[in-house]
Amino acid sequence: MSEILVVVDHVDLPEGVAIKKSTYEMLTLAARIGVPSAVFIGPKAKGAGVAEAVKRYGAQRLYVVDDEDLKSYPVAPKAEALQQLVEKTSQSGGVGAVLITSSAEGKEVAGRLAITTGSGLITDAIDIEAGDDGPLTTQSVFAGSYTVKARVTRGTPIITVKPNSAVPVEADGAGQVDEVAVTVSEAARGARIVASQPRAVTGRPELTEAAIVVSGGRGTGGDFDPVEDLADALGAAVGASRAAVDSGWKPHSYQIGQTGKNVGPQLYFASGISGAIQHRAGMQTSKTIVAVNKDEEAPIFELVDFGVVGDLHTVLPAVTEEVRRRKG
Amino acid sequence: MKIAVCVKYVPDATGNRHFQHDKTVDRVGVDGLLSELDEYAVEQALQIKEKAGSPDDVEVTVLCVGPEQAVDAVRKALQMGADDGVHVQDDAIAGSDAIATSLVLAKAMQRGGGADGAGMPYDLVMCGMASTDGAMSVMPAMLAQRLSLPQLTLASKIETQGAKVRIQRDGDDATQVVVGEMPLVLSVTDQSGEPRYPSFKGIMAAKKKPVKILTLSDIGVDAGDVGLSAAWTVVEETTARPPREAGEIVKDEEGSGARALADFLATQKFI
Ligand SMILES: Cc1cc2nc3c(=O)[nH]c(=O)nc-3n(C[C@H](O)[C@H](O)[C@H](O)COP(=O)(O)OP(=O)(O)OC[C@H]3O[C@@H](n4cnc5c(N)ncnc54)[C@H](O)[C@@H]3O)c2cc1C
Ligand SMILES: Cc1cc2nc3c(=O)[nH]c(=O)nc-3n(C[C@H](O)[C@H](O)[C@H](O)COP(=O)(O)OP(=O)(O)OC[C@H]3O[C@@H](n4cnc5c(N)ncnc54)[C@H](O)[C@@H]3O)c2cc1C
Repeated sequence: MSEILVVVDHVDLPEGVAIKKSTYEMLTLAARIGVPSAVFIGPKAKGAGVAEAVKRYGAQRLYVVDDEDLKSYPVAPKAEALQQLVEKTSQSGGVGAVLITSSAEGKEVAGRLAITTGSGLITDAIDIEAGDDGPLTTQSVFAGSYTVKARVTRGTPIITVKPNSAVPVEADGAGQVDEVAVTVSEAARGARIVASQPRAVTGRPELTEAAIVVSGGRGTGGDFDPVEDLADALGAAVGASRAAVDSGWKPHSYQIGQTGKNVGPQLYFASGISGAIQHRAGMQTSKTIVAVNKDEEAPIFELVDFGVVGDLHTVLPAVTEEVRRRKG
Repeated sequence: MKIAVCVKYVPDATGNRHFQHDKTVDRVGVDGLLSELDEYAVEQALQIKEKAGSPDDVEVTVLCVGPEQAVDAVRKALQMGADDGVHVQDDAIAGSDAIATSLVLAKAMQRGGGADGAGMPYDLVMCGMASTDGAMSVMPAMLAQRLSLPQLTLASKIETQGAKVRIQRDGDDATQVVVGEMPLVLSVTDQSGEPRYPSFKGIMAAKKKPVKILTLSDIGVDAGDVGLSAAWTVVEETTARPPREAGEIVKDEEGSGARALADFLATQKFI
């Protein structure tokens, strides 16, 4: 069975590394199509800790690429590092696929990697299964109105995977640490990061990872308290429509939709959101959809499993109270 | 200074977007338009031109790869104020994947030759943040790779000073300031500023602006390297999602809605 490289999606923190859930989801998908290995591009000293974490989800190896020389430049050096790793590993057996999180940066890294390794690219996969001719992916396209099954026919399949596409399954891995030296070209240093402001910590789950998302739109009138109270009662992440973001009620990192985050939680709870096509593009793969809107004609009701026609300022606090009461 | 803005012609998202028998997107039999997000790139290119010391020395060229009808997308950008257009149009391109599309775009840009390392005449290659159909958000990075240029992508704010470019990139985990020097690839988000509407004057002026039509042989691309048969990915199956089953919708009367909703959440095991 060929080796599947899963790129560890993480945030580097002073006290360690926050590994994102999508890493474990991809390791789980990788085990269906080959032998999973993880690739950590980060501080070398933190490699051992990452190895401990990924081996619990079946990673046989952890390739560690020290990022001291890479981290000041966006995208390009990571793509070069992965290209060198794919070439090196291919000599010793063959890489069956490279899996990368479908984040803004992940997709760009994947695009460059596809070109430099002469490989086909599939983005935003929501499922991967083994096929007779290599990994078969599922994508949800056109704002969720079509499902597409595709596969790569040339080179090493480069696949970006949307978060929340699989339930991580624990499995025994060896987690053998392998340090890899890479070289970064001058061309890859042409764009330089001169300042970086990490996202404010909200204490709530990460939007793209959350099992439940409660979102608010223009209908909140700028008062997000009912939305946030309900989110906290449900242990959910908070999202927003573009109208709410454009009004300055929430930062852009909260936006769900075509030009914001793409989410696919177990439960999506839309309040005061009309359901424009661009909003749907970011939430239509949600398993269960619920909406509260005072207009019974709102297009969001075409999508819902359950909808309440009413004023969110009275309905949401009442739901929150019910949830708190029932949860005890 | 020369700016190339890449614009895509896409099926209207409010219309009936669908796949054909060969599992490619129908781009001819449906209403199409300039991909909305590329208007933001055109807008930023025009602003760079207008802010320049002598705007007449800045030339904004729009570049489009697509079928005959795609000239509509080029025209729209010209109406907004771009100076001229290049339209690569060849039946062999139909069904191309992202790899092949990036090859065609890169070769079309290099066609004019150029003194710099990228071998192309443009100082800035600008793109939207994503197309509204494929929505892969990979083209700018692929072009940067192919042209060996720095990538300043997903910019929500742009400042230029001579050849220096400084952007704000709202990334996944942080907001970054990224700098680079022209020539480079720049993609802009819908946070960069609302695109202008074409004025009446702009619409009239666009009729006289030149649009050069190029075929694959004009740009030195082998027809065998592009199109559906050369794609490095193959679509095995496309399935229209069954319409969602109509859900239950209740009217809230004196708190009844909240109770019914809580019941629903409980039966679905969310509470
Ligand atoms: C290029 C482009 C990209 C875009 N990208 C995105 C994107 O990524 N994400 C996105 O969300 N949008 C996006 N949009 C915008 C999108 O078209 C809509 O304008 C937007 O989603 C509307 O937000 P909304 O539903 O909050 O507001 P509205 O459409 O104004 O809807 C507000 C809703 O709230 C209801 N309401 C009002 N008061 C109450 C109340 N008291 N209680 C309950 N309900 C109430 C109303 O009945 C209405 O249905 C994009 C648009 C463009 C052109
Ligand atoms: C539903 C769907 C799914 C697809 N999935 C895949 C896939 O998994 N793998 C794959 O290799 N291909 C795929 N394709 C094909 C791919 O979309 C096209 O090859 C496309 O030309 C490039 O990708 P994009 O439209 O997603 O561009 P993006 O990378 O989203 O586009 C970003 C920017 O690049 C510029 N640009 C893009 N295309 C053009 C153009 N034709 N002319 C001028 N400028 C342009 C624009 O400025 C645009 O804003 C898919 C297409 C569709 C419709």
